[in-house]
Amino acid sequence: MDPARKRRFRLVAALTAALVLAGGLVYTSFSAGSPAKTPSELLATAQPGESYKLTGKVVEGSIRHEGDTLLFSVRDRDGTTSVPVTYTGSVPDPFREGREIIVTVSRGAGDTFVAEKDSLVTKCPSKFEAEDDAASDMS
Amino acid sequence: MATVGRAALLIALLICAYGVVAAIYGALTGRREWVESARRSVYALAVALTVAFGVLELAFLRSDFSFAVVAGHSSTTTPTFYKASAMWSSQEGSLLLWVWLLSLWASLVVFLTRRRMREVVPWATAVLLGYGAFFTALLVFAVSPFETLAQPPADGSGLNPLLRHPAMMIHPPMLYSGYTLFAIPFAFAVGALVARRVDAEWIRSTRRFALAAWLVLGVGIVLGARWSYNELGWGGYWAWDAVENASLMPWLTGTAFIHSVMIQEKRGMLKIWNVSLVLATGILCVLGTFLVRSGILDSIHAFGASTLGVPFVGLIAGMSLGSIALVVWRRDLLRSEHRLDSLLSREAMFLLNNLVLVALCFVVFWGTFFPLISEAVTGEETSVGPPWFARYTVPLALVLVALSGIGPLIAWRRATAVNLRRTFAFPLACGVVALVALLFVPGVPQKPLALSMFALGAFVAGTVGQELWRGARARRTTTGEPLPVALTSLVRRNRRRYGGYLVHLGIVVMFVGVAASSAFQTAQDRRLSPGDTARVDGYEVRYVRATAEVGNDPSGTGAMLSLGAVLDVSKDGRHVATLRPARSFYPSNRTASGSVEWLIAGEPTSEVAVRSTLLSDFWTAVNPDMRELQEVIDQADEAVAADIPAEQQPMVAFRLLRDVIAPNYVEDPPPAMFRMIASPLVAWIWIGSLIAIGGGLIALWPAPDAARRRATATLRARVAQDLGRA
Repeated sequence: MDPARKRRFRLVAALTAALVLAGGLVYTSFSAGSPAKTPSELLATAQPGESYKLTGKVVEGSIRHEGDTLLFSVRDRDGTTSVPVTYTGSVPDPFREGREIIVTVSRGAGDTFVAEKDSLVTKCPSKFEAEDDAASDMS
Repeated sequence: MATVGRAALLIALLICAYGVVAAIYGALTGRREWVESARRSVYALAVALTVAFGVLELAFLRSDFSFAVVAGHSSTTTPTFYKASAMWSSQEGSLLLWVWLLSLWASLVVFLTRRRMREVVPWATAVLLGYGAFFTALLVFAVSPFETLAQPPADGSGLNPLLRHPAMMIHPPMLYSGYTLFAIPFAFAVGALVARRVDAEWIRSTRRFALAAWLVLGVGIVLGARWSYNELGWGGYWAWDAVENASLMPWLTGTAFIHSVMIQEKRGMLKIWNVSLVLATGILCVLGTFLVRSGILDSIHAFGASTLGVPFVGLIAGMSLGSIALVVWRRDLLRSEHRLDSLLSREAMFLLNNLVLVALCFVVFWGTFFPLISEAVTGEETSVGPPWFARYTVPLALVLVALSGIGPLIAWRRATAVNLRRTFAFPLACGVVALVALLFVPGVPQKPLALSMFALGAFVAGTVGQELWRGARARRTTTGEPLPVALTSLVRRNRRRYGGYLVHLGIVVMFVGVAASSAFQTAQDRRLSPGDTARVDGYEVRYVRATAEVGNDPSGTGAMLSLGAVLDVSKDGRHVATLRPARSFYPSNRTASGSVEWLIAGEPTSEVAVRSTLLSDFWTAVNPDMRELQEVIDQADEAVAADIPAEQQPMVAFRLLRDVIAPNYVEDPPPAMFRMIASPLVAWIWIGSLIAIGGGLIALWPAPDAARRRATATLRARVAQDLGRA
């Protein structure tokens, strides 16, 4: 092969590899990601056997322990609709009433939801503002 | 005082505005006095911002709650050590820190280049002052750190207890130093493109800045990981969280940049690639700052309300479009002086290393922004988790480690079979021996990815060892120095090269630690009562007794109540450690009240207890059951409110907590939740990063050039003397 053709061949090969990789990336991210739902969306649309990323705030006074299981309810960020969640596994430090959380859940019996083990994340408190301030910052 | 701060910021903004105009006017007309004036305005900016920074820092140290920022992020009960760092926990304070650091680095670089690169420097100065103008304008118009309160509160809300950790004192300044240091090569790349001076001079002038940026950004990332491991109570060091990813992306492209510039310096190749990389790195640094401060990925809906969103998006869009336009505009100048001769050459390996790093960066970028992308495409906000990231980053990391062994050793232009055999026989043997040996370690063959990482690690360690040995031996032969001396002087005389090897070694050691601790980790969450025993990966853990400390916390974070546990850890019947994890409770950040509840209503944090050895870490955290305690506290508070006069309530509440409630908990504690993690080789993550930092410092150390110059000066003097005598 003459050098120019060889170079073009290499370029095409490299670009193809990059495209295949990028395609894989795009495809897997769309298929692996579980959709984020608010409690009211979850109640309306959740199918048994599917998993969802539930986002919302922990309802005041709803946290209970039963053995190794943690029970709490999650409500809409700006509303009162809430769903009960049963959870096992590690609980991040910032978890508390009123805190925004994300947890991977699937529909259990009726309107209760069972969380995947260790899937609880509190929304990263990256702003680390005092809560009262954070509220006023958002508004 | 606030007026002084506000005035300093306003002056800083005017200086920036003037300096940008002066620099551009000077560059266009070639009038040196205007360029000089622009350079002096960089110094003036540093002075003005130092004043502003000093005023704010002083207000934090003095707990001057007439400053709204101080009242919102510090308090009289915040330990002094943490009052200083409370400044950058606030939006305003952290932006001020950013632009202050920028002004310092900018002053340094314009000072160092004051007699060089006459065409490039004015444009670079304009870019740096442009950054300054953007951030000071934000501080003046959008988020002023010098807002004052008409009625200062008696006490502030305090620093978030999660941030009361030594790593958090230096982690943000490190990250921001990295971000702002990368602004320097960015500005010079822009300057070089505008001024049509795209040879390697701009790279040489800013090389140290790029390297320093890479180093401190890396240190910042490691400190963040360390903080996460010790403070967040979940036992991990990396979670692919948006904020972590934000700092990783510029570090990845920056790593690619400091490698690929060597190709341009040596062979005049990859010019388009280098300017693109450094422009991308500069943009990613601003993006990183933006992601952390705006909260856009926390919630898209909060984004519209954030005061910073629109200006930052404008800046990032402007930087991106401007960069693309510049590269396209100057593409004729950026042609390569040479072609790639062979795929078996150092150039090709460096190029491949760059492609892998950029691919890694793209994976991280895609995963981080996927919630926004998916919302735009499908209308549904979807996110990808750590398994998705691991699927792509682990194989890429393996390739990267292999390249870090091959790249520095393979010949330039074209490697021959003889050359390859001579260079790689020993390292390959190291890798194969490690591979075979590990095949017999039970459990390891089941984890092929971790196994490959270990084997590749041995290969890279082999290359570094061989290089050091060969170099030192050669030096001993020529100079007759004993081996240790030969080794030191070898490293001292080729700091960049051997520093680089050490960095590679450190990174590989770190990756081995990461691979081992993530592949062979055992984690358990157990509810235990005193006397109970749990088994975790061969360890036997006995919950001996509960502890409760009031107003006495050894780590100095200002905790009011610490509920802990004494754990007796043994292995094979032998006692190995006594661990004391605890959970700390802090006073509420709401207005003071005389109740027990108030004393402990703040953000609780885990004080983890770790037994760390070179072979493995045993990590524990405790989460006490607060239900019974809460009932007792509620009863106590009712009694206090009913029977005690208001002014005595705070003291009575404290005494109740200390003398009744806490001892009660110790006497008859309810079962507590324990998280226990046994993971091998975690210590090597920190050791590896120390090695890499050491290597980076060696590469950065400025001695060789200066020393050489001094040496030649002496030589010249001697020759002149000899000539005079002759």
